[in-house]
Amino acid sequence: MLLSTRPRRAPAVVPVGCDSALTVRGGGFGHGRDAVLTGVDLTVRPGEVVAVRGPNGAGKSTLVRGVLGLCAVQAGEVRFFDVPRARFRDWHRVGYVPQRHTVAGGVPVTVRELVSSGRLSRLRPWQRFGEADRCAVDCALEGAGLAGFDRRLVAELSGGQQRRALLARALAGDPELLLLDEPTAGVDAASQRVLAGTLAGLAEIGAAVVVVVHELGPLAEVVTRTVTLPGAGAPC
Amino acid sequence: MLSYEFMRLALAAAVLVGLTAPTVGVHLVQRRLSLIGDGLGHVALLGVAVGLATRSAPVLTALLATVAGAVVVEVLRARRSTGTDVALAIMFYGGLAGGVVVVTRAPAGTPITLDGYLFGALTTTTRGDLVVFAGMAAVVLGVTLGLGRSLFTVALDEEHALASGLPVLRLNLLLAVVTAVTVTLSMRVLGLLLISGLMVLPAGCAQLVARSFRSSLAIAALIGVTVSVSGTAVSFYADTPSGGTIVLMAVAAYAVLSMASLARRGSPRHGPDAVPTPVQPVSRPGEVPSPR
Repeated sequence: MLLSTRPRRAPAVVPVGCDSALTVRGGGFGHGRDAVLTGVDLTVRPGEVVAVRGPNGAGKSTLVRGVLGLCAVQAGEVRFFDVPRARFRDWHRVGYVPQRHTVAGGVPVTVRELVSSGRLSRLRPWQRFGEADRCAVDCALEGAGLAGFDRRLVAELSGGQQRRALLARALAGDPELLLLDEPTAGVDAASQRVLAGTLAGLAEIGAAVVVVVHELGPLAEVVTRTVTLPGAGAPC
Repeated sequence: MLSYEFMRLALAAAVLVGLTAPTVGVHLVQRRLSLIGDGLGHVALLGVAVGLATRSAPVLTALLATVAGAVVVEVLRARRSTGTDVALAIMFYGGLAGGVVVVTRAPAGTPITLDGYLFGALTTTTRGDLVVFAGMAAVVLGVTLGLGRSLFTVALDEEHALASGLPVLRLNLLLAVVTAVTVTLSMRVLGLLLISGLMVLPAGCAQLVARSFRSSLAIAALIGVTVSVSGTAVSFYADTPSGGTIVLMAVAAYAVLSMASLARRGSPRHGPDAVPTPVQPVSRPGEVPSPR
């Protein structure tokens, strides 16, 4: 494999002429036919850390999920790296940390197995994990403050540690655009500082970050722009 | 026992089924679909009955019926409609009832009765059957082990898998089809009513002792082969039906392992990354702690 001499963290490669990691134009998102958000315009450039804020029910999660196609896109256009979403195939360039607090299943799963699953988008279905993949998983664990936890069972982690494992899963894919839905909820101050450092590091190497947060906390130092959703019926 | 040709064939079939069924079961248990194999077994019965009634190969007709049933299950699940639960019940019991009725149209003198399919007729395995079984087992293992990581990722978090661009629906359909193939493969060994036992019980055993998904697959397959081979041997000497004996062995394995894991949980806990140190039991006065 050609990737054996790869640096531990591959720098995000932004193609020449690509000045936007994520573009939403006139976006309308919702559940089924119920509109939650309308007329969303958002451009996120490489190196930016954009915080999405707003009251409960304003549609912060709907925005992130809508962009990814996990809930209905009722209007407008979503582009990843200047490619319309319908034609976008390089999903490994996009990382996602969902707003879930727990990961559960019927079979024991180790932290390493969970985090490794985030690397899968970079591999072909039958392809085995290589040295570069294992390195990326180690890096991701470190970036989420979970170094040394790799053989622990996910079910035995605390809620906050599980959130960090979900972050590590997204980091394992070396994303150039990272979407995080409330990554700080239920996470202690020290881990929030680790998260802030990780996001700052990503932005430094040219990745774009969109983070839904209720309270900025330690993230305030790394956020370059804040987008506030007004919320239904609330004054703008 | 090994001097009989039919027992050698039976044991070979038992190894194939014991190896494949649990690897499917682990994926099903992870998705909390452990009873789906049972439902597909009901649908398979309709296929068997059609095969017997039309004098065509019951294994083939059962395979077609089960694959069709599995695809319907997956499509219903993907649509997440509220009536899914009842729709599945209609399909499963419709299949069972249809099978019972259609089989009465089978011509007289049919070599294998419905009982053989319901409860297993392992010792009727022929060389030709075994070749078909081996092919089916290879397909199943190719998917459950070869694509294990993708299936695991989808089961872990379907939305994340979608957001990563994985072909979630195709992978789910593939697992459904593989489940159907396993049901058909196992029906002669275990019987349609007992198939789910060999899929799910070894996975349940693995749940008790495994420390990762990967080891769950290995442990489940090991337990599957052990109980199916030992169950077949016991059924030969004790003159009991093979399917029931195999599943009872699996139940016994589960009981032993759950007692062992209860005993382990009762002792002081150690972090999995801590060096395992011998736990000295608190000795009562006058009692000598047993040397380790």
